[in-house]
Amino acid sequence: MSNVISMSGVTKRFGRTTALDGLDLEVRAGEVHGFLGPNGAGKSTTIRVLLGLLRADAGSSSMLGGDPWKDAVELHRRLAYVPGDVTLWPGLSGGEVIDLLGRLRGGLDPRRRAELIERFELDPRKKGRAYSKGNRQKVALVAALASDVELFLLDEPTSGLDPLMEAVFTECIGELRAQGRTVLLSSHILAEIEKLCDRVSIIRDGRTVETGTLAELRHLTRTTITAELAGAPNGLHGVHDLRIDGNHVTFQVATGELDAALRQLTSVGVRTLTSQPPTLEELFMRHYASADSK
Amino acid sequence: MTGTRGLVRLILRRDRVILPIWVLLLAIMPVTQISAIGGLYSTDAELQAFAASMRSTPAFFALYGPLLDWHLPALGIWRAGFVPVVLALASVLTVIRHTRVEEESGRRELLGSTVVGRHASLTAALIVVASANVIAGLIITGSLAGKYPVAGALAAGLDYALVGIAFAAIGAVAAQLTESASGARVIGISALGLAFLLRMAGDTTDASWLSWLSPIAWGQKLRPFAGEEWWPLALLAAFIAVTCYAAYTLAARRDVAAGLVPPRLGPAQAAAGLAGPFALAWRLHRGLLLAWCAGFAVFGAVIGSAADAASSALADNAQIMEMLNRLGGGANPADLFIATLIGIFGIGVSGYAIQAALRLRAEESLARAEPLLATAVSRVGWAAGHTLFAVLGPAAVLTVTGLAVGLSYGAAAGDVGAHLPATMGAALAQLPAVWTFSGLALALFGLLPRLVAAAWALLALFLLFGQVGALLQLPQALLDLSPFSHLPMLPGGEVSATPLVAMTAIAAALAIAGLYGFRRRDLG
Repeated sequence: MSNVISMSGVTKRFGRTTALDGLDLEVRAGEVHGFLGPNGAGKSTTIRVLLGLLRADAGSSSMLGGDPWKDAVELHRRLAYVPGDVTLWPGLSGGEVIDLLGRLRGGLDPRRRAELIERFELDPRKKGRAYSKGNRQKVALVAALASDVELFLLDEPTSGLDPLMEAVFTECIGELRAQGRTVLLSSHILAEIEKLCDRVSIIRDGRTVETGTLAELRHLTRTTITAELAGAPNGLHGVHDLRIDGNHVTFQVATGELDAALRQLTSVGVRTLTSQPPTLEELFMRHYASADSK
Repeated sequence: MTGTRGLVRLILRRDRVILPIWVLLLAIMPVTQISAIGGLYSTDAELQAFAASMRSTPAFFALYGPLLDWHLPALGIWRAGFVPVVLALASVLTVIRHTRVEEESGRRELLGSTVVGRHASLTAALIVVASANVIAGLIITGSLAGKYPVAGALAAGLDYALVGIAFAAIGAVAAQLTESASGARVIGISALGLAFLLRMAGDTTDASWLSWLSPIAWGQKLRPFAGEEWWPLALLAAFIAVTCYAAYTLAARRDVAAGLVPPRLGPAQAAAGLAGPFALAWRLHRGLLLAWCAGFAVFGAVIGSAADAASSALADNAQIMEMLNRLGGGANPADLFIATLIGIFGIGVSGYAIQAALRLRAEESLARAEPLLATAVSRVGWAAGHTLFAVLGPAAVLTVTGLAVGLSYGAAAGDVGAHLPATMGAALAQLPAVWTFSGLALALFGLLPRLVAAAWALLALFLLFGQVGALLQLPQALLDLSPFSHLPMLPGGEVSATPLVAMTAIAAALAIAGLYGFRRRDLG
């Protein structure tokens, strides 16, 4: 599959601070790619380099087959962008901003626009200064989602949205995926990424620390097993964080050791068993825990 | 009122640089003017001659108010007559900055959730600005009382301080009326403009009662060093009390962040024309542009009608006519009057040019440029929309000004056909100097975006050159740095094309350099 975005070794410094420190990122055509990292990790800087708003100091990037800096205007016809912190012109109504941004991008579908305004429960007549943060976000989302483009760059697009609207947003991303559009979704909300994304890149301090499908990432981590056994087990080998409470056991086990661990359980006799795959959160925390201990 | 003390400290912390600068800079103006005039004219006879020449130039009454006495301190105070207006402007803006701006940004809400009374932020803003004006007044009184009569020094200090406080109170009322800070600023500055206009009309036309409607004039009616009168103090005090009371009453009646003028809904869909960077620029600039045009049209019309009164009063005085000729203007005192005031308009319009050009920077730093530049709009295309207003906006304002002056002067003098082209030419001749400021602001925006405020600093410096440069006998090479020093005195004076063409070329070069720099730099 071809890459819609590929960045390698991208470095960006602002004075003495290094925002991006050799970042690599590959987003394939037709996938929803989660871009995960804590505040200040360089997510927004990456997106702004892709938009040609910032010029990288080193490394190479290409997007939709072009150079993000040199071919900015041409590339922008084929993408839509939602910033993390949307500011609107105080005197323009939400509807005007949606139409303006859509037209500047090359036109937007009026039916889709009306449908999205309805679904997001947005009043397009209010002036920019009268919107709350969540409603400003909706204006930018409607403007982006109503555009017929190949690539969506969404920078923490759900910040400020309430849970109902987050659900609407999730539906919309599902529709985009079904239509074969490519989405780069930056977020620090793990549940959101887990729900929506095919592949994930985790970045920290301007560097990609992990990238792959959720399954691949999970493979690197441990599964949590909770079981009620026929009798009390006599200790278990090759497992971690083992807790035995009468006939009940709870432990974590690496994916490669799962088979051996289950054999030991069945030798005692299993009454009930639940297995929990690792959450993205655990994955995530592991990376940051290691950063803190450094 | 709980928490006022904490908020006062917060304001002082936030304004710790700008507040002392404007207080000190404005407060030393009277003593600077006095020593400057004293340095040039030392004998009584020279001072009387200087006063006579000033009296024969109604343009100066329009700017500074009536000249009441020829002695040195009175002359200096009079010559600094524009300073209280600037003090009033700073007061209006500072009060709005710490009241409505805070509410609009939502920071007031954050503070309001702590132990802060509902009137605390208004009270704190008023206390700080009133104190700043009192300190300015004390500096003025202190700097004058040693050498000159104490009564006059006191009246001068009170004049400045009370005019400043009166406009702080007007700012407090304006801050209650609209939800947006920009709306409040428009109301506050319009009130100041109206007060200045009333004073100007009262001092230059037969309708002298008009100046009694202006708080700026009440300060002057204290007559510092010209036979002080104290009863206008009561007028000023009453005005301040009533205006503050109005502000508090309005504040008590509304919710936090709400205005008394409810916000209107806009259209649900954009008009078909709102489809490009130029259309957006027009939407963003039109209000400001129309406000400048309207304001300058009013000022222009007043000046035009005052010019005719001035010329008929002086035309039969041969001695003064001869002196006016020597001053370098035309033979016609009305021409000289108009030329002087159009020069002041030119400085004002330069402020507009900077404001329009720096809209680019404002859009960029408020992150409103980013979503636009993430669409198929090129950087130059986006910047060009605003640049157009920085270039043609001043031309429109000056055209309206020239038209208003010409029509009202022509109508009063009974010869529109002769005067209109002359005043139009005079107004438009300011453009090359104005454009150098558009260019400067654009160059800073593209090349040194963090230093865009330098454009304002330079304009203030050149304004100062024009006001006190000659009096302080600054070297000509320094004064020549100011674009305004290369403009012809029109109508009536001689025009040389070279400086006008050169300034236009410099402006264009600066603008192109700015756009070139903007294409290559990071956004943010």
